[in-house]
Amino acid sequence: MATTEEIRADLADIVNEVAGVDADDVQLDKSFVDDLDVDSLSMVEVVVAAEEKFGVTIPDDEVKNLKTVGDAVAFIERSQG
Amino acid sequence: MTTLTTSTGAQHAAILGVGAYRPVRLVPNSDVVDAIDSSDEWIQQRSGIKTRRWAGPEESVQMMSVEASRIAIERAGLEAGQIDCVVVATVSHLLQTPAVATAIAHELGTDHAAAFDISAACSGFCHGIALASDIVRAGSARHVLVVGVERLTDILDLTDRGTAFIFADGAGAAVVGPSDAPGIGPVVWGSDGEQFDLIRQREDWRDVVGSPEVPGSGVMPHLTMQGNPVFRWASFAMAKIGQEALDAAGVTLDELDVFVPHQANMRIIDAMARSMKLPSRVRIARDVADQGNSSAASVPLALDRMIAEGDARSGDTALLIAFGAGLSYAAQVVTVP
Repeated sequence: MATTEEIRADLADIVNEVAGVDADDVQLDKSFVDDLDVDSLSMVEVVVAAEEKFGVTIPDDEVKNLKTVGDAVAFIERSQG
Repeated sequence: MTTLTTSTGAQHAAILGVGAYRPVRLVPNSDVVDAIDSSDEWIQQRSGIKTRRWAGPEESVQMMSVEASRIAIERAGLEAGQIDCVVVATVSHLLQTPAVATAIAHELGTDHAAAFDISAACSGFCHGIALASDIVRAGSARHVLVVGVERLTDILDLTDRGTAFIFADGAGAAVVGPSDAPGIGPVVWGSDGEQFDLIRQREDWRDVVGSPEVPGSGVMPHLTMQGNPVFRWASFAMAKIGQEALDAAGVTLDELDVFVPHQANMRIIDAMARSMKLPSRVRIARDVADQGNSSAASVPLALDRMIAEGDARSGDTALLIAFGAGLSYAAQVVTVP
């Protein structure tokens, strides 16, 4: 089982690749839109890459609930659980 | 039982010539932002669109099609009389019948060419190229004119933030005919009607007119689109279809010269290119920045521009892929004429 920190670090790499955000800035308390400037289209790319990386399914309806990096990490942890 | 004689076609088919017509009026983002409470910066960030072409009153579906077709026929080294089939892909010819293809075939001066319209929205042109290739190889016609044309401004809600800044007008045409070598690879195409509502005409014409019991809206049934699910489907599912079209034609990424995706949105084009892992030397059509999204016309307009600007050279191997309402999609590898 991956730890919360491992999932955060992998997600940070994805956000870096998709949106060019410094991976060190992708911390659990950060908002994708307000802090990291990841817009909704980039968020779709992040979600698709995360689905492949973590082997989970993130439905379109769920994406709007993933406001912070912590929300996304928690969702991935629950889905993998 | 009587044995029927069947037709015999050409062994191979290819695109022989491409032509385009762009409306004269170039509309900058500053002209559309007020009605959708947006900004030039927001539109460019979301779509890469800086300007779009919008048709004037004289630039009808038929007029734009004829202009693009004349160029394509001339570049194919043919006369209109040698075109024996005309296929027009459009969703914005508002006179539902007869097919506008018949009027185009007549105005061009064809000799009673077979003529019909197809409705496959943004993927219509690639559907048309697939049909044309099969028609030529089956012997049902020798030279097929394929037109992708739209006047989407007629069905655009200028106050809709999801569509008003995206869609545009124009026409592109290609002549498909016999060739010595295969110039059009197998089509990979399909549909997903479960997602029928993602991009659609908002309401049925009967709801516009109404009935004695229920008054009609009296408003043109505009296009609507749910951007994010469409973005997800187009950027990722369609990248896989592009790869399938390459595989079907036996072409590797290293052999690909040119990528001409439907000019929906620059973000989709970039995401597809990343998702397909296109080598950086593959030249990618980015006509959407200036032209906007002209649906069925977008692929031939983009290809025509790449040829004109030297980004697509005769003999180059190009991947065409188009996708849109339906959802429907079609992709094929072609040799640039």
